[in-house]
Amino acid sequence: MSRRCAVALTAALLLLAPATSALAATCPRTSLPDVEDEVMCLVCGVPLALADAPQAQRERVFITRMVRQCRSKGEIESALVAQYGPRVLALPKASGFRLAAYVVPALVAAFAVAGLGLAAARRRRLRPASPRDELVRGPALDSGQAARIDADLERYR
Amino acid sequence: MTARVRRPALGISLVLIGVGALIGLLVYGVKATGRGQTLDDAIAHGRRPVAPAVSLPRLEGGAKAALADYRGTVVVLNYWASWCTPCRQESPLLERWQRRLAKRGGTVVGIDSLDVTADARAFVREFGLTYPMLRDRDGETQRRFGVSGYPETLIVDRDGRIAALQRGPVDDAFLRRSVLPLLAEAA
Repeated sequence: MSRRCAVALTAALLLLAPATSALAATCPRTSLPDVEDEVMCLVCGVPLALADAPQAQRERVFITRMVRQCRSKGEIESALVAQYGPRVLALPKASGFRLAAYVVPALVAAFAVAGLGLAAARRRRLRPASPRDELVRGPALDSGQAARIDADLERYR
Repeated sequence: MTARVRRPALGISLVLIGVGALIGLLVYGVKATGRGQTLDDAIAHGRRPVAPAVSLPRLEGGAKAALADYRGTVVVLNYWASWCTPCRQESPLLERWQRRLAKRGGTVVGIDSLDVTADARAFVREFGLTYPMLRDRDGETQRRFGVSGYPETLIVDRDGRIAALQRGPVDDAFLRRSVLPLLAEAA
């Protein structure tokens, strides 16, 4: 009897093995830390990874349950949005007032670059000629000297 | 010479406009997302501000319910969540008051906020809560009432005005003090 049981058990394991390995192969490798730095603790107003409030703990339990169900990161985030609304996502949606999160840094950067460019151009224009510049450029030539140099250069061609 | 004088003034003006715009954006953001104290101040001065319009889905599903649907009824509006420990402590008291109020033209209305639906439903079953339950998944309505913690309770009179509020768990004394006089008032 026990021998029959062992044979049946082995056969069952052999039958189940491909199924479990296939499941493992298709199961997305999502983990709690993967998700919790991209979602918010809504009560605390900080990313979930930094929060320890009871609501944050509840959110973690929810995420862990979804991870065990083999859900992908995108699916888990969608499920979180279904439960808590779009504010749960740490990266705000580009609409309404939240659009400012994207527009303001871009505008500040554009203003900074434009300001630096203008300041540099203005500084170049207003800078007085220094004695060093005179040395590099040399003294201005009068028309006679210029003509002589041109004639010398012609001879060497 | 004149142009040289104008350019720094133009630059400073642009910087000031930029700084002003950033400050304006910051003030708008704080006002839009922050908790207002006007409701608390009004009630502390004996006034009854009109309750903000609220329309939310029911926790058990089905059609939405609005606070305006309860006009003519004294409403004990309770914000709660299943993960909130003090909410667990006050729920039996609210259920007892619901039984008391139902006979006298009043009701408790629960608003479950920032919660997982399945957890909230399990909470309702665990405590045998019979009063209407609405669901505010992202806490959008709680900002209108200045709710920032759990639980918080607002007492709304028959005319839809807020007569009292409790930032924190309610007790029997608070409910007696704030609800019983309203039940005696006509709409």
